[in-house]
Amino acid sequence: MTIGRTADDERPILEVKDLQVGFTTQNGVVKAVDGVNITLYRGQSLAIVGESGSGKSTTAHAIIKLLPGSGKITGGQILLDGVDLTAKSEREMEEVRGTGIGFVPQDPMSNLNPVWSIGFQVEEAIKANGIASGRKAVKARAIEVLKEAGLGDADRRMKQFPHQFSGGMRQRVLIGMGLAANPKLLIADEPTSALDVTVQRVILDHLESLTRDLGTTLLFITHDLGLAAERAEQLVVMYKGRVVESGSSVEILQNPQHPYTQRLVAAAPSLASRRIQASVHNEQQEIEVDHADDSAAEVIDLLSTAEARAEAVEAASHKEPAIVVEDLTKVFKIRGSGNFTAVDSISFQIARGTTTALVGESGSGKSTVAKMLLKLEDVTSGKILVGGKDLASTTGKELFNLRSRMQPVFQDPYGSLNPLRNIGNTIGEPLQVHGVGTRATRRARVLELLDQVSLPSTLVTRYPNELSGGQRQRIAIARALALKPEIVILDEAVSALDVLVQAQILRLLADLQAELDLTYLFITHDLAVVRVIADNVCVMQKGKIVEAAPTDEVFDNPKEQYTRDLLDAIPGASIELAS
Amino acid sequence: MAGYIVRRILQAVPVFLGTTFLIYFMVFAMPGDPIIALFGDKTPNPAVVAQLRERYHLDQPFIVQYFIFLGGIFRGDLGVSFSGQPVAEILAKTFPVTLRLAALAIFFEMVAGITVGLISGLRKGKLFDSSALLVSLVLISLPIFVIAFVFQLVFGVQLGWFRTTVGFGAPIQDLIMPALVLATISFAQISRLTRSSVIDTSGQDFVRTAASKGLSRRRIVPVHILRNSLIPVVTYLAVDFGTLMVGATITEGIFNVPGVGRTLYQAIIRGEGPTVVSFVTVMVLIYLVVNILVDLFYAVLDPRIRYAK
Amino acid sequence: MPSKTTNLPHFVAPVEETPLVAIDSVKVDEKPSNLWIDAWRDMRKRPMFWISAVLIVLVVLVAIFPSLFTAAAPNNNCYLQNSNGGPTAGHPLGFTKQGCDVFARIVYGTSTSLSVGILVTILVAVLGIVFGAFAGFYGGWIDSVLSRLGDIFFSIPYILAAVVIMSVLSQYRNVIVLALAIGIFAWPSTARVLRAEILRVKNSDFVMASTALGVSRFRILVRHVLPNSIAPVIVVTTISLAAAIVAEASLSFLGVGLPSSVMSWGNDISQAQTDLRTNPMTLIYPSIALSITVLSFIMMGEVIRDALDPKARAQR
Repeated sequence: MTIGRTADDERPILEVKDLQVGFTTQNGVVKAVDGVNITLYRGQSLAIVGESGSGKSTTAHAIIKLLPGSGKITGGQILLDGVDLTAKSEREMEEVRGTGIGFVPQDPMSNLNPVWSIGFQVEEAIKANGIASGRKAVKARAIEVLKEAGLGDADRRMKQFPHQFSGGMRQRVLIGMGLAANPKLLIADEPTSALDVTVQRVILDHLESLTRDLGTTLLFITHDLGLAAERAEQLVVMYKGRVVESGSSVEILQNPQHPYTQRLVAAAPSLASRRIQASVHNEQQEIEVDHADDSAAEVIDLLSTAEARAEAVEAASHKEPAIVVEDLTKVFKIRGSGNFTAVDSISFQIARGTTTALVGESGSGKSTVAKMLLKLEDVTSGKILVGGKDLASTTGKELFNLRSRMQPVFQDPYGSLNPLRNIGNTIGEPLQVHGVGTRATRRARVLELLDQVSLPSTLVTRYPNELSGGQRQRIAIARALALKPEIVILDEAVSALDVLVQAQILRLLADLQAELDLTYLFITHDLAVVRVIADNVCVMQKGKIVEAAPTDEVFDNPKEQYTRDLLDAIPGASIELAS
Repeated sequence: MAGYIVRRILQAVPVFLGTTFLIYFMVFAMPGDPIIALFGDKTPNPAVVAQLRERYHLDQPFIVQYFIFLGGIFRGDLGVSFSGQPVAEILAKTFPVTLRLAALAIFFEMVAGITVGLISGLRKGKLFDSSALLVSLVLISLPIFVIAFVFQLVFGVQLGWFRTTVGFGAPIQDLIMPALVLATISFAQISRLTRSSVIDTSGQDFVRTAASKGLSRRRIVPVHILRNSLIPVVTYLAVDFGTLMVGATITEGIFNVPGVGRTLYQAIIRGEGPTVVSFVTVMVLIYLVVNILVDLFYAVLDPRIRYAK
Repeated sequence: MPSKTTNLPHFVAPVEETPLVAIDSVKVDEKPSNLWIDAWRDMRKRPMFWISAVLIVLVVLVAIFPSLFTAAAPNNNCYLQNSNGGPTAGHPLGFTKQGCDVFARIVYGTSTSLSVGILVTILVAVLGIVFGAFAGFYGGWIDSVLSRLGDIFFSIPYILAAVVIMSVLSQYRNVIVLALAIGIFAWPSTARVLRAEILRVKNSDFVMASTALGVSRFRILVRHVLPNSIAPVIVVTTISLAAAIVAEASLSFLGVGLPSSVMSWGNDISQAQTDLRTNPMTLIYPSIALSITVLSFIMMGEVIRDALDPKARAQR
């Protein structure tokens, strides 16, 4: 490091004292951030961790004073290098942004202006902060910034527009813009959560080395505890607008004190899969986290979920297959640019009562497989046998009956329920369509299903928009189970949920499987979750299955480089956990 | 870009065939003698009737008649007026006047509409915004002929600022009032659209990111907010051109502007069917061309379209 | 490298300060709500809704029961001796040059305007919904054909089209023919709005879930897709009612609408234009009636849009 240690280093670069942020709504002011304290020293990195609604992003936006809409800082201080930002006017803040604080936003798709070229958008950041003047110097600096951010062919791509860049490339541009004026502090708000895991890892590595070289202090916002601990020395855990625990990352992870942090640690899939791995190797069953008090009953520990599964699976693996897929291929015709092979002659089997996970990044073809299984998409070639029946030759009445044996749960909890139909009608629709029972028995079955997914029966008359994402996913599961299917196809069914809710739903799925002898095809991009729920794993890449094996084998002894990349990309892989 | 232009023009071909066919169908597939029907209760000049009968080839099967008509359009033969004068001739005299009026009106409505819309959008819910909403709702509700008469009455008769009818040669100062009238309806729509577009854009992530780079508000508003908000406004201009043509017909009629619109207006009022059909055809052709031009301009504004394969 | 000395102390908030709540607990104490219920709750709080609702009810009442509002006879209220007369008892708005009771003509003209407006709106809604729904939902060649057809009809401004139709059909000028002439070219914008909305909704997961259940395509369209796409159509339809009333008046004004013997606001304004300098109020009064009616439907459309479109709601 070239920076010498001076007295300056002893003063925190960022000090947030008792920060209060409120949003004005129709029902008065809602406090989104309530008494947050953060201290961050020069050259260090700190991560704020929390679920959606915890106030973590609001805190980040408040620090740079770019709160959306009706948001306002209602109290406290934000000291940047000892200067209080809350007292600064909008004009004065324009001076601070860019040079004082840089910002890397979350979604690379929406954070670049689609009508201006990449070069234009980088150059204006350089000009606004007076980093260079004169057209040539500005352009040279812009190219330099982009090259530093990892765009090798920056000079060629300056004239291109955002839509001509991939998500990862755009994120690099955003990182470059955030660092363009050498800010003292860089705030990165979930900078990679919209990207594929392998890309995510590369970008984060790059961000880390860049900030280290530039001597920029990094404030990092994330929902992923594993990621936070891996990338930052300090952790701030937020819950309901407050800080519940803060301190060194390793210490918090190894020895979480607050019951909420304990919940998070127990439910984080990336950490759970590490612990499962540990237990497989050491045959130790007692790596459980210490639970401080009674609220531990609320804690859903993914480790125990995984263990419960393991026992149930032992017996099931010898039964006849519920699904057989042979040489399945799907080719899409794309106007103007020929054919695109989304699924490329894949084969796999799923034994009755077991779970097979289909893992892959976006564009790997995993969801197309799900749609072909559900006969929502035509097969180009190959065979799908469901319970021994060839799906291709099943039509009409037979197909109608077959559909009742195989039901889906989709990803988006907000799109998977018809917003205009109440919960009772939604869950009852399968029964009605298939003419099962009478009005009264159907009603009884709906109540039974609600109970099975642990929701109160009063929900029958409610509408989806009144429910949370997790509750909607429960309803979707209840609807899928209404006709007592043998197979449930879960297409990224837990991906959009917060970790605690995700853990709850994973637990529910495991319980239902044990109770009803269900066969799951679990489609996901998240290898960490796979460890908890699946018995077998098929890793997909560009339409092909590159590796298929029992879950433990894939995790312990991956054969393919791509699988290894995916495993390495699970955040938190390098963290020492308490033993 | 070239691919886009070709595709856009190719798309216009079936629409062009369809619209001309429809117009022809509306007139010449009606029951009875269409030539006599065109003249309504007027007594036609026998020479013109003979000319029309020959021109429209009524002895041929309907579809053949249509293609002969279509061929005429391609040769620049746009039909004849009630009195037998070729429409192309009338058009040559009147079109420049209408072009000036329309350009003036579009200028007024764009400048005023975008300015008001931008201020309303940036000051959502403030007094200016609510007043602009009220004014635009009232303007949208006023048919153009009512606005024209009110303008004539107030600014022409009572205040005497403008002449109530346009003088010889249609000088620009006489065109200002009709152009203002013509601009009012679309002004309301454009200001509403700009407002909603500005609010929409202001909430976009890239605007926050622009601010986080340290850009000043004075740069963000024109470069990132207004620039993006103009895209839907331009699309609207194309759709709105139809309203503008109907408006021009009525406005030119009321203010006696010697343009294409007045010719059509007078033909309608006098029940001169042949002129009406010819000029409606001309206007529809203009509308089609303008729509293509606006779509091309749209591609200039939006790189996502310009660089699409 | 940062020294360990700057490491922060391990801070743990007291549990009482932020007590844990059950994960994902269900709120059941609120009233049931969905798009329509919410929209209604939102609308009834807005003064603009009540103002336009009252005006619309008033216009409808005048249209159905004109004799409740004026004592003048429906067909015979013009006496030349009243020419250009000022207001008198029972004739609050005075008389035209022909000696017609301005107020009575406005009252009797209401039903003409409203019936054309309603007939056009029904036609536009039916054509727009059928074309838009089939094009958007079934896609492929059905979409290509229907959308091109829409483009063709859209390319002829509907007032110009109506001018041509009414010129040719000069012997058959009545309310129904006029409504057909306007409506037959006015539906494409409704169809476009619905098509775009259906394209959005039909890719929802709930549609896929229903397909996976074996629900037929048509039933999915009617049960799941249409109800979720209809909101913007309602907005467009309300506004098209206003536009149709303006269209009728414009065509009557141009002399190709209803025959001058029929009492309509357009005809009244048309006849009064020659007296603009001498007796402007005979032109102004029917214009006001026309504008208020149109305004009330426009305002209603605006209120409905605000209530139904989450984006518009956020923009208030």
